[in-house]
Amino acid sequence: MRIKPALGLLSPAIIVIFIFMAIPMLIALAYSFATADAYGGVTMPPSISAYVQMLFTQDFDGSLIFTTSYLLIIWRSVYLAALATGLALAVGFPVAWYIVCQPPSRRRLLLTLVTLPFWINTLIRTYCWILILRDEGLINKFLSWLGAISQPLPLMYNQGAILLGLVYTFLPFMVLPIYATLERVDPRLIEAAFDLYASRYRVLRRVVWPLARPGVAAGLVLVFAPALGAFLQPDMLGGGKQLLLGSLIEMQFTSSRNWPFGSALAVLVTLAVVIALIAARGRKEAPAR
Amino acid sequence: MSDSKPSPCIEIHAVDKIFGSEASGYRALDNVSLTIKDKEFFTLLGPSGCGKTTLLRMLAGFETPTRGDIYLHGRNVVELPPRARRVNMVFQNYALFPHLTVAQNIAFGLEMLDWKKPQIGERVAKMLSLVRLEEFSARKPAQLSGGQQQRVALARALAPQPEVLLLDEPLSALDLKLRKEMQSELKRLQRETGITFILVTHDQEEALAMSDRLAVMSGGRVLQAGTPEEIYSRPASRFVADFIGEANIIPGEALGRSGTLAIRPEHITLGAGTPARLRGAVREITFLGADTLFEIAVPHGTEILKIRARLRGRAPDVEVDGHVWLHWPDEVEWGVDG
Ligand SMILES: Nc1ncnc2c1ncn2[C@@H]1O[C@H](COP(=O)(O)OP(=O)(O)O)[C@@H](O)[C@H]1O
Ligand SMILES: [Mg+2]
Repeated sequence: MRIKPALGLLSPAIIVIFIFMAIPMLIALAYSFATADAYGGVTMPPSISAYVQMLFTQDFDGSLIFTTSYLLIIWRSVYLAALATGLALAVGFPVAWYIVCQPPSRRRLLLTLVTLPFWINTLIRTYCWILILRDEGLINKFLSWLGAISQPLPLMYNQGAILLGLVYTFLPFMVLPIYATLERVDPRLIEAAFDLYASRYRVLRRVVWPLARPGVAAGLVLVFAPALGAFLQPDMLGGGKQLLLGSLIEMQFTSSRNWPFGSALAVLVTLAVVIALIAARGRKEAPAR
Repeated sequence: MSDSKPSPCIEIHAVDKIFGSEASGYRALDNVSLTIKDKEFFTLLGPSGCGKTTLLRMLAGFETPTRGDIYLHGRNVVELPPRARRVNMVFQNYALFPHLTVAQNIAFGLEMLDWKKPQIGERVAKMLSLVRLEEFSARKPAQLSGGQQQRVALARALAPQPEVLLLDEPLSALDLKLRKEMQSELKRLQRETGITFILVTHDQEEALAMSDRLAVMSGGRVLQAGTPEEIYSRPASRFVADFIGEANIIPGEALGRSGTLAIRPEHITLGAGTPARLRGAVREITFLGADTLFEIAVPHGTEILKIRARLRGRAPDVEVDGHVWLHWPDEVEWGVDG
């Protein structure tokens, strides 16, 4: 009987989650088991051919041949997303720690700066990186003006550029949750550690880091998930030369017109993120036992 | 240690602390000088905001004096960071590491000092038995009661064998019964470890009960330092007299003298008949169990002095609105400034 009012209060949230999250996922799941229509839609009958396509190609005679080309794309995407997440942590943790150590008024300013990029469209921001990185871009112009280089450095259209784009775009998702946990760490714990003869490094390693773990876990998931499905950065900064999952999915819904395959890949990404989430939660709870 | 005349444990010399700028900042400590002896149980006593914590944090190394010097066994420590001083602190709300077990909390300082594993294990076991928490070594702080957390904080701070243990209002979060228990526990720990304890409190009863010596502070200054007996029986100022125990402040003219004098309520006796120093009307009688408290209104010119007398047991033949004579021997009164 007591649950009813609570459910009543929660119902708007449940409806929103259902409409904007559950329904699209269910549609993607349904589409992934449909058959591609020649005109770009989907038709019956249901099939698992979209999933089979990830591992096998169909020969002319209809027999299936094992192929690693999609596996390679998946692997490359996971690898790049993981690397970007790791880099975002390496940059984001010190940034969050630095902000927490500032007096309150400075903190607000710095936090605003961290969230500032959200106010500008990602497409535009990524395009700005092209202006900075390309052969006639800011960096190469500047270096050649200095006389440091005679040939422009190949800063674009490689994995490094993609990584840069991913880390840059998703860094706030790492900084903010870590900041939120660090801000709640009692400063007296840090003083107690100093009082008990800890060096700065050991205070960070033995007290701050363990207490920041929940925020770190959240940041890892929040960066890994969008990085795995990103297509803007790989397309624009990587030049689409090395296909990644995000671009591959996007292609299935546009030029390739294979919605079931695109949906199947999207389901795969979602699954990967869910697994990452569970792993992050496990890490968070383990030390509490 | 081989010195024939050992230097005092702590010497605080003319310390000022100003938060903010010199001109417009807040003066939290004002020309504080104190000497604290080795193996002493010393208390800083004063009302909230008088600078006790600031002084304690300065001894720990978390604040630096604006002016003045602090010597620890003869060495000037004002420039030294907390980790370079053999001083440990028990924080006001314990500040136990929530992610570590009781044993890991106690081992923390030893690990930071790079003790060897077996020695750490030995020392932790010894500390656990010292504070009687052997069965709780594997618990997290959140799974302990307030009193147990308190004892973990003590064990953690004592484990590295500091020269001085600093305690910032360690008992204020405990209920009355537990507080009394912990008072004797602290005394026992200090006796058994032989470490100099410096306790901060705003509770005068606690300060009197526990200290070998204490300093009464107010407004960033040390008003008086001495043994509990000295301070109780000869407070140097009206503030100290009032803050330590209770005192009746009586203008000398009321007794046909000059100056101002103070007298403790328990030193006054009441008589119905024989004329004595003062005469007044009983306004209120409060029975306190072992004692009875009398509030007596004594006319003095146009004013009325309120004087409190505290008598053992139940005083006979004195009633509310009845008139009484107030007696006390000369030696229990003392003069105070204005
Ligand atoms: N970091 C600080 N900045 C400014 N003022 C402070 C700071 N620390 C303490 N104070 C001020 O100094 C005074 C003494 O504080 P404190 O030493 O904590 O008093 P106590 O422990 O006796 O209650 C208080 O008025 C407090 O507001
Ligand atoms: Mg205080």
